[in-house]
Amino acid sequence: MDLLEYQGKQLFARHDVPVPEGRLAVSVEEALAAADDIGYPCVIKAQVQIGGRGKAGGIKIARDRDEAREHAEAILGMDIRGLTVHELWIEEASEIAAEYYASVVFDRSAKAPLLMLSTKGGMDIEEVAAEDPAAIARLHVDPLLGFQDFHGRRLAFAAGVDGDVVRQVGAMLAKLYEVFVSEEATLVEVNPLIVTAGAGDGTGRGVRALDAKVTLDENAMFRHADNAQLRDISAEDPQERMAKERGLTFVKLDGDIGILGNGAGLVMSTLDVVAEAGGAPANFLDAGGGSKADAITNAVEVILSNPRVRAVLFNIFGGITRCDEVARGLIEAFDQINPQVPFVVRLDGTNDQEGRRLLAEANLPNVYTEATMDDAARKVVELAAEASAS
Amino acid sequence: MSILVDASTKLCVSGITGREGTFHSLRNREYGTDVVAGVTPGKGGQDVEGIPVFNTFAEAVEETAANTAMIFVPPRFAADSILEAEDAGIELIVAITEGIPAHDELRVYNILRKNGRARLIGPNCPGILSPGKANVGIIPAAFFREGNVGVVSRSGTLTYQIGNVLAQRGFGNSTIVGIGGDPVPGTDFIEVISMFEEDPETELIVMCGEIGGDAEERAAEHIAAHVSKPVVAYIAGFTAPPGKTMGHAGAIVSGSQGTARAKAQALEGKGVRVGRTPTQVAELAVSLLGAAA
Repeated sequence: MDLLEYQGKQLFARHDVPVPEGRLAVSVEEALAAADDIGYPCVIKAQVQIGGRGKAGGIKIARDRDEAREHAEAILGMDIRGLTVHELWIEEASEIAAEYYASVVFDRSAKAPLLMLSTKGGMDIEEVAAEDPAAIARLHVDPLLGFQDFHGRRLAFAAGVDGDVVRQVGAMLAKLYEVFVSEEATLVEVNPLIVTAGAGDGTGRGVRALDAKVTLDENAMFRHADNAQLRDISAEDPQERMAKERGLTFVKLDGDIGILGNGAGLVMSTLDVVAEAGGAPANFLDAGGGSKADAITNAVEVILSNPRVRAVLFNIFGGITRCDEVARGLIEAFDQINPQVPFVVRLDGTNDQEGRRLLAEANLPNVYTEATMDDAARKVVELAAEASAS
Repeated sequence: MSILVDASTKLCVSGITGREGTFHSLRNREYGTDVVAGVTPGKGGQDVEGIPVFNTFAEAVEETAANTAMIFVPPRFAADSILEAEDAGIELIVAITEGIPAHDELRVYNILRKNGRARLIGPNCPGILSPGKANVGIIPAAFFREGNVGVVSRSGTLTYQIGNVLAQRGFGNSTIVGIGGDPVPGTDFIEVISMFEEDPETELIVMCGEIGGDAEERAAEHIAAHVSKPVVAYIAGFTAPPGKTMGHAGAIVSGSQGTARAKAQALEGKGVRVGRTPTQVAELAVSLLGAAA
């Protein structure tokens, strides 16, 4: 689960990572109250999970109350690359002496957390990595040993951070690692990590996380009841939410062919085979192992809730899943919701003959059975093309 | 021959008294696997259709000399169960459980590697089938028979699909290994492919990958340098959009990393033939081995 900036910063604050003081606002009035509270100048930041918020006009500095009102009015409801802004984060302005980058990522190749630190912060780190890889200091931490202070020093010196903030950057890394482990994150990223201006003579400089990008492990939520409550309404697709509530693994795609299969790998493969046949899948839907009839009925409802769907493909290879259960579910779904689009069904594996017999007996309108995955894909592409032509 | 599981496998099932645990333990036994014990804390002394249940792995191993464990407990208990099996001296641990927290997997992986006593297959995998010898897991054995094709895969049902199209062309299998769809599999493609390379019965290796991570790319390098047997690959997820987890926790294209295209290119660049569909994989197998009997 990807957190919004403010959710990440609130998590940081709980672990004593230095962050600017801020408040959440969902209306212009709340934004003004928050800005008055924090004082001017302050920063008004759109809370959506997408890069380039600043360029899109979603981050503005307000020097006084009038500017705060003007910016809050403009940003609330703004569309940033397809996401609507519902929440604002009002934050004290920071004086920036330098911009660094720091992250802890779950490195699946090395099977260890990877810490990265760079003095080239404030820009797209993938670009820095491509153009100047030496500018990013990297260090794997043995997860059984955990983060030690020397890790922080090694990274800070390797990255070439300013001498007066080496200790503070090391301490920040230690805390970010603590967030990563204790909150069970798979990504903790700060870009930019800023060096604050301090006194005019260059003393008293500190460090702060000016942004926060955190991804939490959904599988670990049973140990983190507070985090499980976090939501991002702007990023939630209603169809994906509906599927989630019904316990289905669903991803919305751009095409017009609804897909249902059992097992993630087989469904991914089905999408590819449909694309190879010239079609465009409307979704990924894994009905799971051991799918019972009611799960199938639920799944059909979710697929058909997308008005773009012109034809549906069922691709089942029964292992634990029994094909007769899938057939019963489909018959039930037709009984309850009377779909108006054609279905192509391929049943193979456990109890496939019984499943095909049930479908033949039910004689459902507009349901075609095919023997192989390839034939089924060709058929559904043909049917979808016919439907879009008519 | 075969790899990992065979007639010498003595299986102990963690979570044997649960609904799924019981069902699959009995199916594995019916297939011919020597299921010697089960473990469910608090149910020691009971039995599941004649399979004795113990409170701890230590007791189970002491009483039955079990050498293989199958983990069927819910995700929150799975890491502990794997570590308990390893502590008791089990050499091969097959973790079927889906949804284990990533940090648990990281810890378990690193502890097992450090100790060097046990091999973990999975988690979130369908298990291992050596046709005619032993079935440890949930692979529907009826679709597979003995033969010379070794299969290693990150996905369950996709393996059945590919096994099925191979079977329709007359091929059987030495062993089918599901390494699982999670970000930190206990055993990776390279290790299983090395075992197939050493296995005299295996004449062709089929590798089923999917989007996410760089395990397929690393396997490509390994195959080019160390594998003499022909390898055919399949990669699922050419049409997967970036940033979306496609069902498996490990199946996600992040940034420019982990795309199916990059994986297929890495494999083809090292001379490994890649089927674009499961059917093409079977056709490539025919072209490499000739039509099977």
